[in-house]
Amino acid sequence: MIIHLFIATAISLATMAFASLYRAYSGPTPADRVVSINVISTKITVMIVLIALIIKQDSFVDVALVYAMMGFITTVSVAKYLEKGKLF
Amino acid sequence: MEIFRTILVGLLLAGGIFFFLVGTVGLIRLPDVFTRMHATTKADTLGAGFIFLASILYRGFDAVSLKILVVLIFIWITNPTAAHIIAKAEFKKEGKSFEEISRKD
Repeated sequence: MIIHLFIATAISLATMAFASLYRAYSGPTPADRVVSINVISTKITVMIVLIALIIKQDSFVDVALVYAMMGFITTVSVAKYLEKGKLF
Repeated sequence: MEIFRTILVGLLLAGGIFFFLVGTVGLIRLPDVFTRMHATTKADTLGAGFIFLASILYRGFDAVSLKILVVLIFIWITNPTAAHIIAKAEFKKEGKSFEEISRKD
């Protein structure tokens, strides 16, 4: 019975990730798109942990950790490019 | 004892969904880059904390819940850092004073 709560939470997070995709599509500035991608990355990380609990596959938590690191590196790289015009 | 844990996990999950929903509405509805960032960063960090605490409470204390705690601490460190970097890049790119930027749109 308690697993249905996790399934409902994962479905709600997927719906809100699709709603956040609107700002990535029609943001006026590039910083809007970076903020939207950062938000979607956080939601996907939480969803991966919930799916690991739902299908009882413990190794998916490592996937969530790697996905959080990749989202952070993406955000920092694009913000550095927006600020300086080059990466290094 | 089991029904008590179910109710506590349900309350934590509902709080997480509520804060994620507040962050999404702020991202779509607010008029400026800085206000959108102000809405999403804090609400998403708190919502992720609620949902991960519910997951830890559901699993009990073992190695997997310790890994979930590591993911939670990583998100708590990196999410405000990313927002700070985006805000600094946008603020330097505009080249205007703060009042001119905040009155855009």
